[in-house]
Amino acid sequence: MIKVRIPAQLRTLTGGVGEVPMEGATVGEVLKGLDAAHPGFAERLFDEDGGLRRFVNVFLDEEDVRFLDGLGTPVADGQTLSIVPAVAGG
Amino acid sequence: MCDFCFGPLEVTYDYERVAATISRERVASGPRSIWRYADLLPVRDAAPVDLGAGFTPLVRADRLAAELGLGELWIKDDTANPTGSFKDRVVSVALTKARQLGFKVAACASTGNLANSVAAHAARAGMDSVVLIPHDLEQAKVTMTSVYGGRVFAVEGSYDDVNRLCAELTSEQPDWAFVNVNVRTYYAEGSKTLAFEVAEQLGWQAPDHVVVPIGSGSQLTKVAKGFAELHRVGLLDEEPSVRVSGAQAEGCSPVATAYAEGTDAIRPVKPDTIAKSLAIGNPADGWYALDTIRSSGGACAAVTDAEVLDGIRLLARTEGIFAETAGGVTIATLAKLAAEGVVRPDERVVAMVTGHGLKTVEALAGTVGPTATIAPTLDSFDEAMASHAASTQRSSQ
Repeated sequence: MIKVRIPAQLRTLTGGVGEVPMEGATVGEVLKGLDAAHPGFAERLFDEDGGLRRFVNVFLDEEDVRFLDGLGTPVADGQTLSIVPAVAGG
Repeated sequence: MCDFCFGPLEVTYDYERVAATISRERVASGPRSIWRYADLLPVRDAAPVDLGAGFTPLVRADRLAAELGLGELWIKDDTANPTGSFKDRVVSVALTKARQLGFKVAACASTGNLANSVAAHAARAGMDSVVLIPHDLEQAKVTMTSVYGGRVFAVEGSYDDVNRLCAELTSEQPDWAFVNVNVRTYYAEGSKTLAFEVAEQLGWQAPDHVVVPIGSGSQLTKVAKGFAELHRVGLLDEEPSVRVSGAQAEGCSPVATAYAEGTDAIRPVKPDTIAKSLAIGNPADGWYALDTIRSSGGACAAVTDAEVLDGIRLLARTEGIFAETAGGVTIATLAKLAAEGVVRPDERVVAMVTGHGLKTVEALAGTVGPTATIAPTLDSFDEAMASHAASTQRSSQ
């Protein structure tokens, strides 16, 4: 089971819940599963080419998946995937 | 931010209405602070959260210009702000707005300068503050943040880790005003005052070229916006055509790298530089900064840490201004772009020096110090002077 952390802006899609348990072998699979369970995530997270939107960061535990294999990054039971708005800081 | 795509929101104004009331005289009769430009800031308040940010000196830098082979060069000396950096501009705007919106707690993720400013302005406003910083910041920045009595959390991680934590905290603490997260739209507008002041101090004229350090990229884009707005409301007679160039340290240069590669895809990096105030590996406004640089005909370059230290010493030696490492990045990049002919001697150039050197004294350890340590006697002094003169002669041969 993968724990997915949802930012406040997207909790309308999950009925206000901040953490959702999901299954999947890669980051992309987990996020697509999230959209299947709670429709609306895909258009918020992915651009027209199917990549992560510019202003969306996704972290697998402590690491930005852009430093790993992006949406193809393998995930394992017990890990946490966090969706975090990118426009912050500086 | 935009609730749909998470992109940054841009503040717009009723420029016709502003133009109908604003005038050079109205600005000149205002306070000697950023609040003289209140007509072009996103908050109205008779008593803003204010320590006197802004209206810092614009210094003609002929000696530095001569060293760099430039003509008319000016330094915008933002080391003179109340807590020693340009962050006082953005924080004064952000917390004035936050207080109006009913927030009771001022918070931020910071590389140090912002931490200093948020803690100080929160104290001034009687607000609680919660400041999160990387655990390995320069001591002066940590002390200066802590002295104001707010809560300070040193996070075992990089700035990008701290930033991520704060972005997540905004979901859990909706009553806190994270100045550079959930009230960032207002906050960022404060940087326009750098452009407003430069134009006013040049006699209501825009420069030809500005060199701006890049952390998140916000300041750079807002400086460009500031010049454009002044023309739009009639304070500049001619439409400004300001080339905007960006400065980064090589150890954290995602924008300079994208510029050099001719791409608009900014790849996040893991920072490794002494310029900690610019050490943002995943810059929120990087794409916008790159777009501003390219569309204005500017350039973006990166310099080594050794060049940063040279930049700090060069500015201090030629103009008597002691900048922190970010200022060293700006001056070293200015030198590089001047040597490459990108910044030209026929241009009126302004370099943004945005933080005080006392904040980052560690960076200069071992590179500057007393000429000699002597006994309190004339003989000892004479001997040390002679020894120094000899070594100076040797090193100049």
